[in-house]
Order: sequence, then C-alpha cells, then structure tokens
Amino acid sequence: MKDLLDLYLVYMKIGFINFGGGYAMLPLLERELVTKRGWTTMDELRDYFAIGQCTPGLIALNVSTFIGSKRKGVPGALAAMLGFLTGPIAIILVIAAFLQNFASIEIVQHAFAGIRVCVCVLIVQAVIRLWKSSVVDVITFALYIIILALSVCSTFLPFKVPTVVLVISAGVAGLLISLWKNRKNAEAQKGGDA
Amino acid sequence: MNILLNLMLEFGKTGLFSIGGGLATLPFLYEIAANHPDWFTAADVADMIAISESTPGAIGINMSTYAGFKTAGVPGGILATIALAIPSVVIILIVARFLNRFRSSKLVEGALYGLRPASIAMITVAGLNVAKVSLVNLAAFEATHAFGDLFAWKAIALGVVLFLAQRHKKLKKWHPAIFIAISAVVGIVFKF
Repeated sequence: MKDLLDLYLVYMKIGFINFGGGYAMLPLLERELVTKRGWTTMDELRDYFAIGQCTPGLIALNVSTFIGSKRKGVPGALAAMLGFLTGPIAIILVIAAFLQNFASIEIVQHAFAGIRVCVCVLIVQAVIRLWKSSVVDVITFALYIIILALSVCSTFLPFKVPTVVLVISAGVAGLLISLWKNRKNAEAQKGGDA
Repeated sequence: MNILLNLMLEFGKTGLFSIGGGLATLPFLYEIAANHPDWFTAADVADMIAISESTPGAIGINMSTYAGFKTAGVPGGILATIALAIPSVVIILIVARFLNRFRSSKLVEGALYGLRPASIAMITVAGLNVAKVSLVNLAAFEATHAFGDLFAWKAIALGVVLFLAQRHKKLKKWHPAIFIAISAVVGIVFKF
C-alpha cells in the first residue's frame, strides 16, 4: 500500500511541474525516477518513450503506465496514471472556473516565455545524455538524421508523414538490419569454421 | 444518452486513436467541437492550446478536463480525463507484459535498435519546436527583415546561462523545477 501511495505522490509531483508534456517531461522523470529513486534507468526510459510514441494514447500517460506497472503491476499502473492526472485536472478546473483569460494575462505570458527557454535547454541536455547509448553506429546515426530531417521538413513537404509512421518504420528498419547483420555474422563464423 | 457517459466515450475514443499524443489529439478535438458545439467550440480549442502551453500537462489531458467541466461541471472534468487515459493504460499493460517476456529476444532487441535513434530524433524535434517559439522571433523578423530581429537575444542569453549551469558540477544536481522557477522569474523581470 505504501508503495502505491509513493507511486501516486511521485507522479502527482511530476504532473504538477511537467510543462509541455510528452518528451519535455523526460528530464523530470530522469531526476525523480532514475537519480533520486533508482526505479528505472535512463536507457529504459528512452525505450519506454520509443514504444509510447507508436502505441495509442498520450506519450506521457504511456510512460507513466510503464513505470507504474513495472513497480506494482496493474494497481501500480493505475496509481501512476491517477497521480499524473491530479495536477493538470486541478489546475485546469481552477482556470476554467475562475480565470477565463488566463493565457492572455501579461505577467503569465512573460513567465512562460522564460519557462519555455528552460524547457528547451532541459531537452537538449536529455538528448546529449541519451546520445551515446542510442546512436551507436553509422546505421543508427543515419536513422537519426533521416527521421529528424523528415519531421523538421514536414511543414515544407507537399505530403505530411505522420510521426507514428516515421517511428514504426525506424523500428522495422532496425529489425531488418539487425537480422541481416546476425545472418552475416553467422555466415562469417561458418566460413571461419570450414 | 447520459451526458457523462457520452463525454467519456468521446474522450476515450480520442485517447485510443491519437497515437503519440500531444498535437496528435488536435484533429480529434476539432472533430468533437464540430459534433458537439454545445460542449466546446473550435475557438475554445485554440484557447486551450495557449493555456496548455502555460500550464503543466499535455494538451489532450487539459482539453478533456476543460471540455468535461464546461459540459458537466467538476465530475465531468474528472471523468472525461480519466476516460482519455484508460485506453493508454490498458494497451501499455499488455505491451509491458509482452516486453518483459520477450525483452531478450532478437526481434525485440532488433526493433529497439531502430526505435532508439528514432526516439531521440523525436526528442530533438520537440526541442526544436520549443526553440522555435522561444529563441527566435519570426514575427519581428518578417516585419523588419533585420537579421538582428530574428533572434530573441534575451531568451538566448538565458538559454546559454541555463545550459552552462546544468553542466556545472554542483548546480546540475539542482532539481529541474528550480531552473524552471528561476526562468519564470527571469521572464517576468526582463519582460520576455
């Protein structure tokens, strides 16, 4: 029971300070779940994000469910999900009830212009930390560049490639290439034996 | 039909079909706005994008709370949001079980070999999108065509300081929330 409460409270905290959702919450998750609690590793988090990207539902919720279920099964997943939703629900209810023009208040705009800079820098740091374990050779570097280019240029292209298609294609490409590499290795070994 | 049940159905559907989340939820929200103009309108969605950028939480979550509240009060806000989350939870529970069992299989390892660079490419894109609205000022550049106006210099200066601080041996142990709070104050004081 205490574990479930812990999960709920940690996720409530993350939900309250997670500006931008999705990938922007990676630095927070790293601090709260990896550095402070050792519940997961940065590499595992990155894998959860990759899978959460190509399964239905919001990435932030998908990753929360992964962590919750890893800790405490189905109840853990529910505790993490409810914890994560508590902050946003409370804040939006207050805004909807009392602050109709919240986003156009000048001081709010200035504060969030500052916060956006910080979120941007936090994301850059996360990319730097994950680089070494994700981009391990020429092929993964090529995949990184291709996907980055296609999504950055998608606004200029005559056709829009949905993110989910990009990510799933990368997974399929990775699968085919690694199978091909395994086969080549096996053949080389056979050749060596003969 | 009971309005709460109807709300939960619509947002459950959004949760199930918006793969990747974030802006992927937008087309579904506009569709709900068109089908249920008494719940919320397309203009409400635009307002919610602005609010979501300035509050914690993903836009899909925020929009379902907002629409649920507008339609059926506090219970509506809570139930619509939980309905949005349920498909995620169910599907990820299944995937997690599968992943634990086949973690060491060559197939899963091979797929992850390709998914990993894709994942950090998407993180990079997220960073670039935030940079686009925080570090450059396209509107000012289009108005004057002066190169100096393209960049939000104050924001870039803050970004460089934050970057160096987070690489610093002692300061990098600070909680990200501290950096976020400092940035908010800097934004207010220097009128970003």
